Amino acid sequence: MDLSYTPEQDQFREEVRSWIGEAMPAEMKKHAEDAANFEHSEVMEWHKILYAKGWAAPNWPVENGGTGWDVAQRSIFQSECVRANTPALSPFGLNMVGPLMIQYGNEEQKARFLPKILAGEEIWCQGYSEPNAGSDLANLQLRAEKDGDDYILNGQKTWTTYAQYADWIFVLCRTSKKGKKQEGISFLLVDIRNTEGIEVKPFLTTGGTLAFSETWFKDARVPQANRVGPEDGGWAMAKALLGHERTGIGGIAESARRLTQVKQVAQRTVVGNTTLFDDPEFRRRIARKEMRLRAIEIFDLRALAAAQLGHAPGAESSVLKIVGTELQQEVAELIMDAMGHNAMGWLDSPEEALPIHQQAIASQFNYLRAASIYGGSNEIQKNIIAKHLLRLPSA
Amino acid sequence: MNFDLNDEQQMIMDQAGKFVANESPVSRFRRLRETERGWEPEMWAKMAEQGWLAISLPEEQGGFGGNFVDLAIILEQLGRGLVPEPYIASVVLAGGLLSEEASEAQREAFLTPMIEGKTTLAFAYAEPQSRYNASDCLTTASKSGDGWTLSGEKVWVLNGHAADQIIVVARTGGGQFDDAGLSLFVVEGDAKGLTRICVPGMDGQRTGVLRFEAVEVGADRLIGLEGDALAAIEKALDRGAAAACAEGMGHIRELFERTVAYLKEREQFGVPIGSFQVLQHIASDMYAELELCSSASILASIQVDNPDVETRKADVSSAKLQLAEGGWFVQKNAIQLFGGIGITDEQDEGLFFKRLRVLNALFGDADWHVARFQTLKGFDTAD
Repeated sequence: MDLSYTPEQDQFREEVRSWIGEAMPAEMKKHAEDAANFEHSEVMEWHKILYAKGWAAPNWPVENGGTGWDVAQRSIFQSECVRANTPALSPFGLNMVGPLMIQYGNEEQKARFLPKILAGEEIWCQGYSEPNAGSDLANLQLRAEKDGDDYILNGQKTWTTYAQYADWIFVLCRTSKKGKKQEGISFLLVDIRNTEGIEVKPFLTTGGTLAFSETWFKDARVPQANRVGPEDGGWAMAKALLGHERTGIGGIAESARRLTQVKQVAQRTVVGNTTLFDDPEFRRRIARKEMRLRAIEIFDLRALAAAQLGHAPGAESSVLKIVGTELQQEVAELIMDAMGHNAMGWLDSPEEALPIHQQAIASQFNYLRAASIYGGSNEIQKNIIAKHLLRLPSA
Repeated sequence: MNFDLNDEQQMIMDQAGKFVANESPVSRFRRLRETERGWEPEMWAKMAEQGWLAISLPEEQGGFGGNFVDLAIILEQLGRGLVPEPYIASVVLAGGLLSEEASEAQREAFLTPMIEGKTTLAFAYAEPQSRYNASDCLTTASKSGDGWTLSGEKVWVLNGHAADQIIVVARTGGGQFDDAGLSLFVVEGDAKGLTRICVPGMDGQRTGVLRFEAVEVGADRLIGLEGDALAAIEKALDRGAAAACAEGMGHIRELFERTVAYLKEREQFGVPIGSFQVLQHIASDMYAELELCSSASILASIQVDNPDVETRKADVSSAKLQLAEGGWFVQKNAIQLFGGIGITDEQDEGLFFKRLRVLNALFGDADWHVARFQTLKGFDTAD
């Protein structure tokens, strides 16, 4: 066991740090300092800058355009991105459907889709949940019926995050009603922009932003060639993908970033003749979160190291999802507390009332209530741990 | 960066696990908690034969050139059996201090017999009023002739009731709370003027109250520089905290594994109680806290010897906080899920529970470590 960095790794950190310093556009840097709440266009701009450098997909194999970095390098890269407050890239292509295609896709699919995911030329969203298939995901009803070389899709998806920006959606659909409900599910790639019969309607979230959508399919025609894996064999892939999703979904880097933001807000908040950051009680509240984060970070690194040795993400990714999202929410609560009466403000409050760097905080605080719900609610994660890891009996 | 045990460490863990299961299961601790000393010299000698008392020391000091991670691996296994021999007191605290601060002659006189299993040691730092403040010291050492005369009182001294020699923190200068003016002395357990009171603890182990009434020691009993011991004391206490996290992992794993097994076996309403979702979720939360305790404890045992003191303190404090809070979550819920039987003395779970609570109170509790963490330089630089 060893946590120290080799001279090569120290050099790598220097390289990453100075590159980010040079590569990040001035406007983006300013935004990173102000609020770190980036527009979609800025996220994609940063994606393309990373792509040009060859660093868009730290977790992909080299032959697919990944970096081939080991755990230490990925962790160094991640911490430098957090340090510089770079925009967080959309996970649906790079961390979810991309790795799934690398594992289960055929050569045509990999050649067609992976380069465009990598380049940020095609944006993906996820079509898993339905109105009657939330925690009970296998209950999904989106019908896919064969017609010649195509499937005809009818039904509805919901909570399709990013659908309003996406070019493609990966969906779980029902190709058979025989057997157990898990057995008749297939995994399809659908062109969400150019397929007739698809309608996307974004929800306005409590965060005041359009984060996710409802998506309707009415006689939408999708080539069978866009099915990943065998027909009726989608459930195993759906679960594998959820494992990939959960490891990234704990928002660990995000929490590190937000803890820095708590300190900045506290430093800028005058209380009497000192600042909130000098208040011993408030400092200790921040310290507790930072110390908890340290334990979670090491747990994450251990899980990453295990994954690099070829162990598929298992119940430990459920643990990361639970403890990571709980911390994310607690840190968001802490920033709100740091703001005091400024926490009453909202996205469009005038600067006279609410400093610019605090304008997105209440929105994030509200939206982050979703963190313990999305990606499989934290209660579902506990079921997974109890069943698959602890092997506790079913009711 | 690497979190795996190497082959040698894997071997240490397997051997220690087998040794504890065969030589010192919890039933042995049950017998020893009824005895005067609370542990046995014969077992200490066996632990020396295993090489465990010298494992982390450099080869030129008679050790095996290992590091703190090796100690942590052994401590976790000792924790699984509630082995009461004074490993933390003798090897981690006093052994560490002698290895790093003492002269060669002092090491030969006090460290060598200990690693051979012939003697045990103790480290006396806490006083009735000091709580966790290492600088708060009323015990004095004044020059007398060539040597020193010690007066004062030390409490909660691990193995203080039985140690052959005790390393004592005493003030050679400054006032009660000053950082400067602290020195370390080696005092014989049977020194004239030293009164030792054996204190039975909640966990069934013993500590000592030590009263020094004009105890005389020679000049060769001063360890390190006169008046400049605070850094060494703080490091020793951080080693103690990291050791508590490692031993505590053994207790946490035992409590968790025993609880999950019980959930599968105990039936109510005609079914195993582990089939109830409300209990499953508690067990899942226990698992999450166990993994975080393990992660933080690994971090602490790697960083406790980091020459960068701020990093050492930050990571040891994070681990001790996680032990105090995550460990508490596991221990209290273990008792809850066992139900009434969990609070009977005949079940082992209560023994682990009590030992964990004692570890919580040693080497700084949760609030103390949080308070220390926010004084570190890294906390103020938003970087």
